[in-house]
Amino acid sequence: MRSHLLPEFIVERIEERCDKCGVCIKQCPWEVFRWNDDKTDILIDYTKCVGCQRCVVYCPNKALIVRPYPGSYRPNAYWTKEIISDIKKQAEQGGVLLVGTGSDRPYKVYFDHILLNASQVTNPSIDPLREPMELRTFLGRKPDKLEIEINGDDIDIRTELHPNLVVETPILFAGMSYGAISYNAFLALAMAAKEFGTLFCTGEGGLPKEMREEYGPVAIVQCASGRFGVDPEYLNCAAAIEIKIGQGAKPGIGGHLPGEKVTAEISATRMIPEGTDALSPAPHHDIYSIEDLSMLIYALKEATNYEKPVFVKIAAVHNVAAIASGIVRAGADVIVIDGFRGGTGASPKVMRDHVGIPIELAIAAVDQRLREEGIRHKCSIIASGGIRCSADVVKAIALGADAVYIGTAALIALGCTMCQKCYTGKCAWGICTQDPNLAKRLNPKEGAKRLVNLLRAWSLEIKDMLGGMGINAIESLRGNREHLRGIGLEEWELRVLGIKGAGE
Amino acid sequence: MTLFVDSFLEGVRSIDELLKYARIEGDVAEIDASDLKHKELNDLMRECVLRGARRLILKNVCGQRYIGTRLYFKNNVKIEIEIHGTPGNDLGAFLSGHRIVVYGNAQDGVGNTMDSGEIIVHGRAGDVVAMAMRGGKIFIRDNVGYRTAIHMKEYKERIPLLVIGGTAQDFLGEYMAGGRVVLLGLNLKNEKHKSHYIGTGMHGGVIYLRGKVEDYQLGKEVGVVEMEQEDWKFLENVIEEFCNHFSEKEYDKDEILAGNFMKLIPVTKRPYGKIYAY
Repeated sequence: MRSHLLPEFIVERIEERCDKCGVCIKQCPWEVFRWNDDKTDILIDYTKCVGCQRCVVYCPNKALIVRPYPGSYRPNAYWTKEIISDIKKQAEQGGVLLVGTGSDRPYKVYFDHILLNASQVTNPSIDPLREPMELRTFLGRKPDKLEIEINGDDIDIRTELHPNLVVETPILFAGMSYGAISYNAFLALAMAAKEFGTLFCTGEGGLPKEMREEYGPVAIVQCASGRFGVDPEYLNCAAAIEIKIGQGAKPGIGGHLPGEKVTAEISATRMIPEGTDALSPAPHHDIYSIEDLSMLIYALKEATNYEKPVFVKIAAVHNVAAIASGIVRAGADVIVIDGFRGGTGASPKVMRDHVGIPIELAIAAVDQRLREEGIRHKCSIIASGGIRCSADVVKAIALGADAVYIGTAALIALGCTMCQKCYTGKCAWGICTQDPNLAKRLNPKEGAKRLVNLLRAWSLEIKDMLGGMGINAIESLRGNREHLRGIGLEEWELRVLGIKGAGE
Repeated sequence: MTLFVDSFLEGVRSIDELLKYARIEGDVAEIDASDLKHKELNDLMRECVLRGARRLILKNVCGQRYIGTRLYFKNNVKIEIEIHGTPGNDLGAFLSGHRIVVYGNAQDGVGNTMDSGEIIVHGRAGDVVAMAMRGGKIFIRDNVGYRTAIHMKEYKERIPLLVIGGTAQDFLGEYMAGGRVVLLGLNLKNEKHKSHYIGTGMHGGVIYLRGKVEDYQLGKEVGVVEMEQEDWKFLENVIEEFCNHFSEKEYDKDEILAGNFMKLIPVTKRPYGKIYAY
């Protein structure tokens, strides 16, 4: 069947800059470039281009320009080019549209409608370059009260404490599985977490055996509906365990890692035969209620001798506050809430773009509800899904989170350009691929360096913002909505966010 | 402010207070579980092992969960656990190499995500038996509930085995990705097996069914294939083991083997490979 689709990108070459070196041919996994028959010219088939910009960055002479294909249908604000293309694609292939990365739809971005406060006159601001500024964050259940015993200089805590995790900045790496991403990308995240003093989450693809001793202590190991790679050693080598109920990019559905991505190494880590689809069921089939969730939470605590905090990750959906309350009561130490902008290696487009709610509203609603019920201290909250910059981190914490997960931002640091083709396994940047020739493009050491740089940069900025507000510890920002003001928001939005309008 | 009750941890006594429920003699510990909460029993079992017990006899068990789950030790010590009474949900969840024998019925989640070891139940078991099981063996003498062996897995030589003497409820072997399930139907009197949607979404492993099943009881993703020599050999061993475990029933291996067997395998390793547009 002849495809009726228009090209997505156009590749242009500045002829006088091109010396026909052939780097573009090597770099492009999409076969946009090829030699002509006598190898005197490079031919370009831009209809195959996905716009990942790999060739542009690696062209030694900067001779290439890749930009969206300028030709389009008659302009129509309703039947847009994207809508028309999707219909044509489905008419040709008859399947569920797959996409990668978080939703790109122009829904309102609440972070961009919230402004931060700063001290002026009445309350001195703090200069973080010279004064102590605390970003260290403790994650886990806190006691109702603390009993201490003072014997001279010794102070003993008599209350039995629940296990807590310490991170040096309130930014953790979100669950991205080995399988969804390459070994090198996975390793880079682990290395960066270790170096900076934070944690990374394994996603549900297990933790390769050889990484357990060194990186287990900075790993949050996931136990998802597929239970891939979950063995007693995996659970016990980790810093914490995360029960994944849902993710923001595809709330309510499971996942399919296609058989062609299940290589020998992945099959060993997930403990399934090579070439088999790794199917994660939509629900955990041992969890149909809050009581069942509690049963798995305690099963995991039992399996790890009550030494590890148990996280529960859910997608932000309509009744998120009530669900979160149930999760705390079920015994979770940390709740991760993943907003609808959350990324993915593969999701049905319809789920990614139409299901869930924004993380800002979800965090505010959950924090408010848990405070009202007097159980906010029973768990920590991690905001996840579309955290783009340090200001988003600060706003998320002021809305009630303890810390944030970053996934997409971390991958961008590693090279990702958001081309959204993760599900094809042909990532030119070596991130979302199991092709050894592509995966080796990402050097884990260099990747870790980029990630550490990003964490450092954001942490410095967070300190600046805190100092400006006259706050010297991230703890004092949590749920401190007095430092937020809304702009361009309706009454109901301000009410849900629990913030005043600018000028109020 | 609403009341917060942590029913699982509330009122759990210290190990010193619990030791009176255990009698340790040599490497055998006998525990009277009648007054113990879930966590207390597991705390005490762990303590007994740390004090050198390798065989745990649990008396008057009544609904305590996660028996065997807490016994993950880096030195891979193997424990024998004998349970008298009715263990609670998630018996042997994440089990790491131990052997559990239950003289009674078991509840839901037997062998949930079990890694290795053996569970033998002299009675029936509830729902989601052997869910996501990845190694070891489970023998259930009588019937099991819904969603048995869901998402069981295998990897190379690690092939989990589940043998059920009776029949199973719906969704037996759903999403199954590996392992062997043997459903013997010994308590059926010429009736069909109970389960519908057998092997729905199955993409690995084998189910052996003895007795009657109609086509409409099978999921779309499984196919019936001929039994071969090695299947019979496998079954012979498994059934012999089954008969030995449950000698109280005086089952005859050859009689069981003479029944009508059916072998179910997935039609593809990639059941949902063709539903997407790229």
